[in-house]
Amino acid sequence: MIRDITIGQYYPAESRIHRLDPRVKIVCTLVFLVSLFVQNNILGYVVATLFLGAVIRLSKVPLKYILRGLKPIVILLMFTVVMNLFLTRGGNTLVHFWIFTITENGLRTSVFMAVRLIYLVTGSSIMTFTTSPNGLTDGIEKLLHPLNRINVPVHEVAMIMSIALRFIPILLEETDKIMKAQQARGADFESGNIIQRAKAMVPILVPLFVSAFRRASDLAMAMEARCYHGGEGRTKMKPLKYKSRDRVAYLLTLVYFVVIVAVGRFVPFKLWIF
Amino acid sequence: MEAKAVPKEMIHAEQLVYEYDKRDEEGNIIGSERAIDGIDIDVPQGSFVAILGHNGSGKSTLAKHMNAILVPTGGTMWVDGKDTRDPDELWNIRQSAGMVFQNPDNQIIGTVVEEDVGFGPENLGVPTDEIWKRVEDSLRSVGMLEYRKASPNKLSGGQKQRVAIAGVIAMEPKCIVLDEPTAMLDPNGRKEVIRAVQKLRKEKHVTAILITHYMEEVVDADQVFVMDDGHIVMHGTPREIFSQVDTLKSYRMDVPQVTMLAEELRKRGLDLPRGILRREELVEALCRLR
Repeated sequence: MIRDITIGQYYPAESRIHRLDPRVKIVCTLVFLVSLFVQNNILGYVVATLFLGAVIRLSKVPLKYILRGLKPIVILLMFTVVMNLFLTRGGNTLVHFWIFTITENGLRTSVFMAVRLIYLVTGSSIMTFTTSPNGLTDGIEKLLHPLNRINVPVHEVAMIMSIALRFIPILLEETDKIMKAQQARGADFESGNIIQRAKAMVPILVPLFVSAFRRASDLAMAMEARCYHGGEGRTKMKPLKYKSRDRVAYLLTLVYFVVIVAVGRFVPFKLWIF
Repeated sequence: MEAKAVPKEMIHAEQLVYEYDKRDEEGNIIGSERAIDGIDIDVPQGSFVAILGHNGSGKSTLAKHMNAILVPTGGTMWVDGKDTRDPDELWNIRQSAGMVFQNPDNQIIGTVVEEDVGFGPENLGVPTDEIWKRVEDSLRSVGMLEYRKASPNKLSGGQKQRVAIAGVIAMEPKCIVLDEPTAMLDPNGRKEVIRAVQKLRKEKHVTAILITHYMEEVVDADQVFVMDDGHIVMHGTPREIFSQVDTLKSYRMDVPQVTMLAEELRKRGLDLPRGILRREELVEALCRLR
């Protein structure tokens, strides 16, 4: 059961979005996230929806698959909506009963907030769905490369990330094995209150940590044996190089950003209260 | 000071000693122990050498000296004519003597097979096109080319070890040191790995040093060293070694099943030669009896 957890959630497919340079996807995702917050009317949301829809369509990732990624934020989403709906004041009162008041501003903020949150999560999950974990770390390494000059160990951080990704499934499997071994000796992980259950985890965590450290030391030795000596003088098997499609993607994202700022901020358009 | 002649052999050790501090539970030094105690060893270029020994005999410590993961505390270790204590030669030594370890999971770095094989050449600063060529070539030579895009987590133990071997081969070493590569594998995986090593020896003429405690794996070796308690206690061809069943047993080592059977038959009065290593040899010898 524990092996069903997929972290990094890469959805392998052959699409135009998959083929883009990871750097393009990281930068464009950031631009998209920012764009959601610089505009504030319904036209802006229409533009954002069109852009996001087009990207999803191009990525060939099924919509159902993407929407499943929203599950973990449902509670957060409902909380934000309810809070904004009842606590934001201003504008005409729409509904009033007992101690609850819903104002025009409240409705407006809560709807916009919900859409923003959903787009935020969908936008960034499109990036992880279409980029392999290694592509992501490579992209981050390359993008953050200038930070090297102020002594940020960029290469090391990227290496740590990719090793972590490699060992997640191994450690999950190991956890599963240890759990079964402890259950075979009568350990009980399922009953009792939260404190008792947390205490029951100790006999899993201790052997897991011991083995993780042993693995780390083995791996460090294996890396040294294969001449690993940091990022200096290292070549890349799969170097990142911008191609014409990457330039097109940057350009389209730029156009999108200009449009959404122009329309969402400067066109005074109002549909009822939105 | 007189300059010592540089040995021509792939691996050459003279009076090698490795001493480490023994500590009590609080971490205080309570003495020192010698994992390796005065070893002389010579491995000629292109040969296949096996090092046998039970747990704690010092065989893995010796292996780690062969690519300068450990540096001797006494004596000298030469790898491809380079002294392992010379820090300037460290990366050259590790490039010329590649190492495969016991646990397949803990030595694969990449999340995709081909990226892992490319890890060594990347570290050496090999140009990108050349890396791709080497990756393809070394994956083919261990028979794993069709798995190049697979995740290492989906492979069997024997396949993972073959990927690890490919990772070493891609660095184009003159010598591979295999430190108990089969200890964690099932019999099928063991066979796969040993077959891959033999194929590499034939195709690429690399020197192979196999550290193991499975006797069946060493019958093809040119030389066998048996270690016990940090010393080399026996040295010879597999036939010479395995004809001394009783001596081997005193070092807590077993001989291959076929050799054992032949030895028992010989003791019961059958006229069989000493040191039978393979099943076919025994069959032939038995047929010749009549």
